[in-house]
Amino acid sequence: MIWQIELIILIAVVICGIGAIAVRDLLGAAILFGAYSFMMCLLWAIMGAVDVAFTEASVGAGVSTVLFVATVFRTSRRTKD
Amino acid sequence: MKTFSLIIVLLFGSLLVYCTLDFPSWGDPTAPASLHVSPRYIEQTLDETSVPNIVTAVLADYRSYDTMFETIVIFTAGVACIILLRTYQRKKQLGGMYRHVPTGITLRFKEDVQLPKDSKEFEHIDLEWVPYDIIIKTACRLIVPFSQIFALYVIAHGHHSPGGGFQGGVILGASVILFAISHNLRATLGRISERAVALLCGLGVFMYAGTGLICMIFGANFLDYSALAHLLPLSPVAARSFGILIIEIGVGIAVMAVMIQLYYNLASAGKHDEGL
Repeated sequence: MIWQIELIILIAVVICGIGAIAVRDLLGAAILFGAYSFMMCLLWAIMGAVDVAFTEASVGAGVSTVLFVATVFRTSRRTKD
Repeated sequence: MKTFSLIIVLLFGSLLVYCTLDFPSWGDPTAPASLHVSPRYIEQTLDETSVPNIVTAVLADYRSYDTMFETIVIFTAGVACIILLRTYQRKKQLGGMYRHVPTGITLRFKEDVQLPKDSKEFEHIDLEWVPYDIIIKTACRLIVPFSQIFALYVIAHGHHSPGGGFQGGVILGASVILFAISHNLRATLGRISERAVALLCGLGVFMYAGTGLICMIFGANFLDYSALAHLLPLSPVAARSFGILIIEIGVGIAVMAVMIQLYYNLASAGKHDEGL
């Protein structure tokens, strides 16, 4: 694979991961976590694990983001710390 | 306290990274896994199970016991969600919001009202008012059937292409969640009730374990699908492929039901009255 693309995706994974922890808005954290899952899905696909990539795309980027957003909608949007 | 936990996280993180240095590098032909485990599956899977997708064969046939307990983990997640979140409130909320469909006017009642039965003119809507949007409803109505067809394809075609019960079940559950988001939770509960979802959770796991038990009845090991050849007009090799399909359907049903269950409970905070 083209290593430049891999490097860009890896950097995006790290940025999304740190951002999901650091951001104060929980809705933003949920969306960043979805973006993180999608980048991981791309990485799995690059490494040839297509089945894992498919699972990551449907579970991580799809349904879990929806469940997080639903939970944020029912609780509070701000973190305490 | 915060710096203390940061130190611990950094310590264990660096320890994990240090340990990964001992791993064989990615795609290393001399790694232990590549020496005899992988070639065995790559060479023999098609002859033994007639499944071209080796990942599916390993997951659902050779490592079937593992996958069964993965399904049970998901089932447990659904049960835990019910136990933690579901509340049965005795006191019903008074009043509610109704939309007069022909004119689009929203009515709010402070006390209980008796609407004419089977009236198509009034529609019960959520208290947290969501504007009625015909574009969203129509678009989702168009997307839902196609995504469900795609999910069935993913489940049934897991032998030949990436996919299988887990992914197909999640897509099936997501299509129902999409319907719930575009309409409301009450309409979705009218189509797939809480009881049906709970039954489907168990049914999926039961199909998986039941297939294993049928194999045991015919004298083979638990989940050795070649024993299904006694039951069906199939060769033992084709029976293994067929057994994989059955358990994939079971996994799909269980995963779909658990996803809907989680959504119902999270979106309505366990009350099952009003959701997103």
